[in-house]
Amino acid sequence: MGKILVFTEAANGKLKRSSIELLTAAKKSGQPFIAAIAGSQAAGAAPALSSSGAAEVHTFEDGKFDQYNPELYTAALSDLITKSGATVVLASASALGKDLFPRIAARLKSAVLSDCTELSFNGDKAVVKRPVYSGKAFAKVTFDQSPIQFVLMRANQLPTEELSGGSAAVTKHAAPAGDLKTLIKDVVKGTSEKLDLTEANIIVSGGRGLKEAANFKMLNDLADVLGATVGASRAVVDAGWVSHGMQVGQTGKTVAPSLYIAVGVSGAIQHLAGMSGSKVIVAINSDPNAPIFQKATYGIVGDAFEIVPKLTEEFKKALHK
Amino acid sequence: MKIVVCLKQVPDTETKIKLGADGQSIDTNGIKWVVNPYDEYAVEEAVKTRDAHPGSQVHVLCVGPKKRTADAVRTALAMGADEGILIDAPENLDPATTAQALAKAIQAEGGAQLIFAGKLAIDDNASSVPQMVAELLSIPHTTVVSKLAVTPESVTAERDVEGGAKEVAQLALPAVIAANKGLNMPRYASLPGIMKAKKKVLKELDLAGLGVNTVALTKTLSLELPADKPPVKMLTGDSGAQAAQLVQLLRDEAKVL
Ligand SMILES: Cc1cc2nc3c(=O)[nH]c(=O)nc-3n(C[C@H](O)[C@H](O)[C@H](O)COP(=O)(O)OP(=O)(O)OC[C@H]3O[C@@H](n4cnc5c(N)ncnc54)[C@H](O)[C@@H]3O)c2cc1C
Repeated sequence: MGKILVFTEAANGKLKRSSIELLTAAKKSGQPFIAAIAGSQAAGAAPALSSSGAAEVHTFEDGKFDQYNPELYTAALSDLITKSGATVVLASASALGKDLFPRIAARLKSAVLSDCTELSFNGDKAVVKRPVYSGKAFAKVTFDQSPIQFVLMRANQLPTEELSGGSAAVTKHAAPAGDLKTLIKDVVKGTSEKLDLTEANIIVSGGRGLKEAANFKMLNDLADVLGATVGASRAVVDAGWVSHGMQVGQTGKTVAPSLYIAVGVSGAIQHLAGMSGSKVIVAINSDPNAPIFQKATYGIVGDAFEIVPKLTEEFKKALHK
Repeated sequence: MKIVVCLKQVPDTETKIKLGADGQSIDTNGIKWVVNPYDEYAVEEAVKTRDAHPGSQVHVLCVGPKKRTADAVRTALAMGADEGILIDAPENLDPATTAQALAKAIQAEGGAQLIFAGKLAIDDNASSVPQMVAELLSIPHTTVVSKLAVTPESVTAERDVEGGAKEVAQLALPAVIAANKGLNMPRYASLPGIMKAKKKVLKELDLAGLGVNTVALTKTLSLELPADKPPVKMLTGDSGAQAAQLVQLLRDEAKVL
């Protein structure tokens, strides 16, 4: 039997949903699992991990971990992984996860499967599904001669369960010694307090059909009612209406929310590449022949300026806001 | 300063994907191959950095079947890179093996001060190779970079993370930088550039010659096309009726509210 190490992340003192998904998957696998967390959130999240059913909890609380430094994190975590005897490492395909785990995998002569959307186990071998060719195909992949199996899961893909059980000991680890060639100078906060597009459960996205930057206000209003994050097509990012962090698509973010509402977005293949994995897609477009309708679950042909405010009102009523 | 760009050739973004007969890879017949979009930012940044640091040179390394990858490398040469190296390899080489090949080739070529790559290859979607190359060369890396300042000793890079936040890091050289969109505006290859690139001799290496360990770390079980979506439900009536109907469907039928 294998042993799973779940690398978790937290924000505002709480484990992220994506991490709870991983812990739930580890628990369901029937294999023993241990949990790890690093950074300023580690101390706060440790109690929740301790009672999650994990056999051990490992934290890296030293102030040096407050900011993500690839070299420091690689040294600390590859050491933990090796010593723990873990054969599988589960982590989120987050900004940190995607940057860090390929480096650790290289150090441990192992492979990493990134951006996975499904996970199961065949004995102690992880089997995943992951989008390739910009979501135009899905590969079912397993590990072969990889000493450690690194799996990075996309958020919102796995079910979560209430985590309870046990009270695992929490082991605190010091920062590894050694000179670092990377110096984190600054972390500039984003302007948005909302969930990142890659984690959001609902996304409202705007395209060139909105005519000008100021009209994104209309989408922000709709998003506020829905608790959604606002995204955009490349056309409006390139026009400078919104920042690149909001771009969905091949050269932007790949998202897979429960609900994706595309307003004035034509549905170019490069945009579809980033969002066609969404569970329910709503398209609002004045052109009945816009390609977005071919991918949509529900379509409204009409003028965004007329429909969006009415939609916002209807959602307010339905959600009692 | 010696600058290396790790470049991948991928199917064009518009390509329709068909499954191959083996059920594990795509049918490459009729595919138009292009430079991976993120690697264009890498090439542009490399050329710009070279021009700002006299005496520098840009070498482009590409792993893949050499009979097709030569085109991609020539595109980078036409954008201004100085030398191209093809590392011949089979289709669908995994990221770990690709990284090994690149790291060994960089070492064989005498190392590099700055190594650029794209943050992601749009075919295998792995976002792994740059970090792996850095680890294999024991040098620092940063990925998803949208702003960069280079001095002869170090780089300062802005990396895009969740929620529009940015991590600013200073890396001692040599280092690996993986480019995001926004880093620059890649130039088009000029006509004289294309003519010059055509005449350049590309250096050739291969996996065996580099001593790359090709043991399979992963195994693809199957490749599938996404399931067909049921046809779109178009909502009718005036805008008020459409809005009301949509909210009702999202709540009661799709159950996503
Ligand atoms: C290599 C490459 C990478 C790319 N990467 C991306 C990417 O990551 N993401 C991305 O989005 N694009 C990407 N693109 C660009 C893509 O091809 C399209 O150009 C872009 O998505 C179009 O954006 P749009 O839908 O906002 O604009 P348009 O295509 O101009 O569509 C605007 C839509 O708004 C509708 N409209 C107009 N007025 C109204 C109204 N009043 N009410 C309702 N609807 C209205 C129109 O009918 C139209 O369908 C990429 C392109 C290339 C070549």
